[in-house]
Amino acid sequence: MTVNFTHKQSAHCESGVVSNLLRFHGLEFDEPMVFGIGSGLFFVYLPFVRVNGIPGTAYRTWPGQIFKRFSERIGIKIERHKFSTPEKAMTALDKMLDKGQPVGMLTSVFYLDYLPAAYRFHFNAHNIIVFGKENGRYLVSDPVMEHTTEISYEDLARARFAKGMPEPSGRMYYPVQMPGEYGLNKAIWTGIKQTSDHMTRIPMPLVGSKGMQYLAKRLRHWPERQGDRKAIQWLGNVIRMQEEIGTGGAGFRFIYAAFLDQASQRLQNEKLFDLSKRLTKSGDQLRDFAYHAGRVCKNRKSDVKTFAELGDMLEAVAHEEQVIFSELYDVSRTQ
Amino acid sequence: MNQEQVPQDQENLNEGKLAKLYYATDEKGHYVKVNSIGWEPETVAMQQAWDVVNDEVEEARQKVLSGKASPLLYHIKKNIMTPALVASYVGTFGFMVRLHCHPSFFRRLSRKQLEKYAFTFRISVEQLTDVERLKNPQ
Repeated sequence: MTVNFTHKQSAHCESGVVSNLLRFHGLEFDEPMVFGIGSGLFFVYLPFVRVNGIPGTAYRTWPGQIFKRFSERIGIKIERHKFSTPEKAMTALDKMLDKGQPVGMLTSVFYLDYLPAAYRFHFNAHNIIVFGKENGRYLVSDPVMEHTTEISYEDLARARFAKGMPEPSGRMYYPVQMPGEYGLNKAIWTGIKQTSDHMTRIPMPLVGSKGMQYLAKRLRHWPERQGDRKAIQWLGNVIRMQEEIGTGGAGFRFIYAAFLDQASQRLQNEKLFDLSKRLTKSGDQLRDFAYHAGRVCKNRKSDVKTFAELGDMLEAVAHEEQVIFSELYDVSRTQ
Repeated sequence: MNQEQVPQDQENLNEGKLAKLYYATDEKGHYVKVNSIGWEPETVAMQQAWDVVNDEVEEARQKVLSGKASPLLYHIKKNIMTPALVASYVGTFGFMVRLHCHPSFFRRLSRKQLEKYAFTFRISVEQLTDVERLKNPQ
């Protein structure tokens, strides 16, 4: 059973899945729109949450939040299910496919064999869409891939029931009701307001642009406190979170800037376009940071910036983002 | 980032399977979508993460070959897992899995328990228990 499904590649898995699912149901939202309205941008540094002994950093909100916020703001009703056994989960999936309904689901990257081997760590919050079944193999629209692919029953069952944090437990979701009329402009402003509020106004040191400043401060001392080997490992992890996991930090900054660009065209608001340009610049700085940090990790003798300089670079970005999102907050308040 | 600046580094770990999508700006500052085949810092960071994994796998392999650990340890490392994670797959406790990483405890495992471990690692029981195989890993 296959359905007529149009796949478009996206930079980030969750917003890409939402965009592709809604296109099937006749609502055209570009990925940055989904990301912006769902308030996907964020920063958080979690030194006490250790993954393999490495402190966690995230340049985005928690998995699942984008879809939730987006559907609330546009007025889409979604049905979500989780299951106790792989058999039940796969039978439920088959039933939905028989009805001709593409289904979004959470999977572990480790078992998705169409991805390059280098990406296949145990990362359990990857979103994909399954939209059909042919010769016992499932047709998959993975938003990070250029084209649709396919996967075997066994691999998909394993990917949906991977263990560890967070456990997908066969979670799947699909929209059941489309909004009749919705206020897109209002939704855009709500999204902007929440993102800028969370980036600048949460009174905690570890989140938003303050979190980035805090990370910059701590990062300077990593070599002396953690030793060279660990410091380099931790720095490598910051880059991985920034650049790799769903195109990461600078990538997210660019998606968000793309959203502001689209929003400014829709709302005829020049100020938003101005802020989009500035966010592009600070995203570029963040990429510079990753570039130099990558050099440090590779341990090249020439052009190696020390950790103190890296800290300065990150702090500059943090200051810049603080200013940008404060202004964005002021703009959204006047609407 | 300008659309001409989107990195296209040939040296990458994508095996030609993946060209990621980037958002980049045109000359007026408006956003367009551009594909990128790879970027060096990202590749370095990913390679570094794999180096750590590979080191641990090699260390485990040596331990198994010298008889200090059971093949289970090797397969845990090979699958980038931890005893706790393996325990949740086979339905037992982390410390039990850690015990089974010792050869003397591993030898006493029942066929059924071995099958559970083998299923988790997607190999056969023979592959799981065979130490000889580890002398020349693929």
